[in-house]
Amino acid sequence: MSILTKALTTAAMATALIAGSAQAQDDMRIALVVKALGIGFFEAANKGAQEAAAELGGVEVIYTGPTDTTAEGQIEVINSLIAQRVDAIAVSANDTDALVPTLKKAMDRGITVISWDSGVAPEGRLMQLNPSSSPLIGNMIIKLAADNLPEGGEVAVLSATTTSTNQNTWIEEMNKVAGNYPNVKVVGTVYGDDLADKSYREAQGLMQTYPDLKAIIAPTSVGIVAAAQAVTDAGKVGQVNVTGLGLPSEMAGHVKSGASKSFAIWNPIDLGYSATMIAYHLAKGDAKAEPGATISIGRMGEVTLDDNTEAAMADPFVYDASNIDAFSSIF
Amino acid sequence: MTDATVTPTGRQIPDRLVSPLARALKSWEMLLLIVAAAIFIANSLASPYFLDPWNLSDATFNFTEKAMIAFAMAMLIVAGEIDLSVGSAIALCSTVMGLAMAAGAGTPVLVLLGLGTGLACGAFNGLLVARFGLPSIVVTIGTMSLFRGISYIVLGDSAFTGYPASFAWFGQGYVFWVITVELVIFAIAAVIFGIVLHRTNFGRMVYAIGNNATAARFSGIRVERVKFILFLLTGLMSGIAAICLTSRLGSTRPSIATGFELEVVTIVVLGGISILGGSGSIPGVVIAALVMGLVTFGLGLLNVPGIVMSIIVGGLLIGVIALPRLWTMIRRR
Repeated sequence: MSILTKALTTAAMATALIAGSAQAQDDMRIALVVKALGIGFFEAANKGAQEAAAELGGVEVIYTGPTDTTAEGQIEVINSLIAQRVDAIAVSANDTDALVPTLKKAMDRGITVISWDSGVAPEGRLMQLNPSSSPLIGNMIIKLAADNLPEGGEVAVLSATTTSTNQNTWIEEMNKVAGNYPNVKVVGTVYGDDLADKSYREAQGLMQTYPDLKAIIAPTSVGIVAAAQAVTDAGKVGQVNVTGLGLPSEMAGHVKSGASKSFAIWNPIDLGYSATMIAYHLAKGDAKAEPGATISIGRMGEVTLDDNTEAAMADPFVYDASNIDAFSSIF
Repeated sequence: MTDATVTPTGRQIPDRLVSPLARALKSWEMLLLIVAAAIFIANSLASPYFLDPWNLSDATFNFTEKAMIAFAMAMLIVAGEIDLSVGSAIALCSTVMGLAMAAGAGTPVLVLLGLGTGLACGAFNGLLVARFGLPSIVVTIGTMSLFRGISYIVLGDSAFTGYPASFAWFGQGYVFWVITVELVIFAIAAVIFGIVLHRTNFGRMVYAIGNNATAARFSGIRVERVKFILFLLTGLMSGIAAICLTSRLGSTRPSIATGFELEVVTIVVLGGISILGGSGSIPGVVIAALVMGLVTFGLGLLNVPGIVMSIIVGGLLIGVIALPRLWTMIRRR
């Protein structure tokens, strides 16, 4: 056997091996690209994605992302996913615009691209999945206050700054639906500027101005913690309930002490689950990403795309004494 | 006095202690080349997607922009200085281009502004180091915050988008088949810097300064001037990298190119440039850039998490640098 034939046989065997391993992957491969690895919120989203994959069957979820939250790092990751010819990419973007050229390239090569959580400009994705929507959030924060006030009473809002777009929209949406909760009387709105000490003082001020205050709604993660602390320090746990939007890790203590009976925020597990479901249906071709289309998201129901091909997943998820421990270690 | 005649003694002193071939085989570049080849083979065996011309072409983006700066940085480090502000200089160049784009400037103006801003950053660093004699590491740590700080003041958390379509050519265009524009710029820069450092008087001056700046000064080399030019070159290459990166991203944010400085220095050091100055070569830097690109892309194809990837890159850097030293220590025993 000459050296040449030996070399050729080796090369042929190597090719066969490579081809073999390529054929073994007939599962649909969905890449869940996150802002950075090692963040509890995204690890939880991955949990949801794996759940969706198990439910769908024949789906492999590739959970990946850069080490730090840079657009450049995410582009390197996406390039390597394009090279692997994954079927779908679901990305929570570090940069709305910088990822667009790379994601366009992915779509040109036949990959289904969606964004979730932190979105990408419309030309860089088929659709964007938001964890919730402003009307749903506005409704949820007043509903949380009303649910814990069977006899009704006065509630006040502790917001971030007067110019915070998100908070202003949510409060506006809350006021629109306030008529559905006749028991609850919204007596005022104060601004803690998303500073812990200012929010704390504003919460103290609310309790002094309105002695009959029954609840404080703080649709900001800084404000809700400060308000809960102020209520605890004033010895009004049980009289004034603090609710709104907060992070389970920061709120765990206040939920246990009773200062906050419940609060809401998106559930990262559901978000990862839904993103995977949508990516699966779009890649498979049994759903289309166009304005007005509805896409099934398994146990979460379905989403409807708006004119910007964005969709809201669900109501914010409610955290209370029954589930706070499970989530406080996640984010 | 009689004429002293040299009598042949039968013993000859060789003009070289080691033959050129043996020296080349034992050189740093050869070691790196072997590492690069090993990584290439390992990658092709590990992933069926590696040996695809388009994929390899995409992979070059992992290193081209950083490597462009690495050439200039290599010369700077050979001369005993360093520039840690290159990532921030990219951010500033990109911001200036963004401002001009928003004011309606076309591609040629954007390119000129990118290069000009890069040169200005380099001149500022060069002035502080060469003219005022400040240590370059201190100066460029300062300008690292300064340049990026200006970008943050201009942009806050907003972004410049909507660069003209013709501008996309630099970072997204192809010259021929899978050969990207960036790869061509990288290759041209490699040749130019290789010639300048290894074949010109200026290159010899750079080595002389790195080995002994005082001796270089007494030999008539205008040390400050050479250093100033080196900072200018580094600024210019940052400007070119900024044009490529901005064009590739199609947008500018103040966080652009965060952490580039350390990756550039990693490529330079891996390329065998002594961090103490005075030695190293451009071919080494070229191979080191390829090694870094191959490693990150290959691991990416296997979906190795970025955290593990940076551990491997760190291990590779220490390994490649420590091995030759360990080897000589063992042989001396």
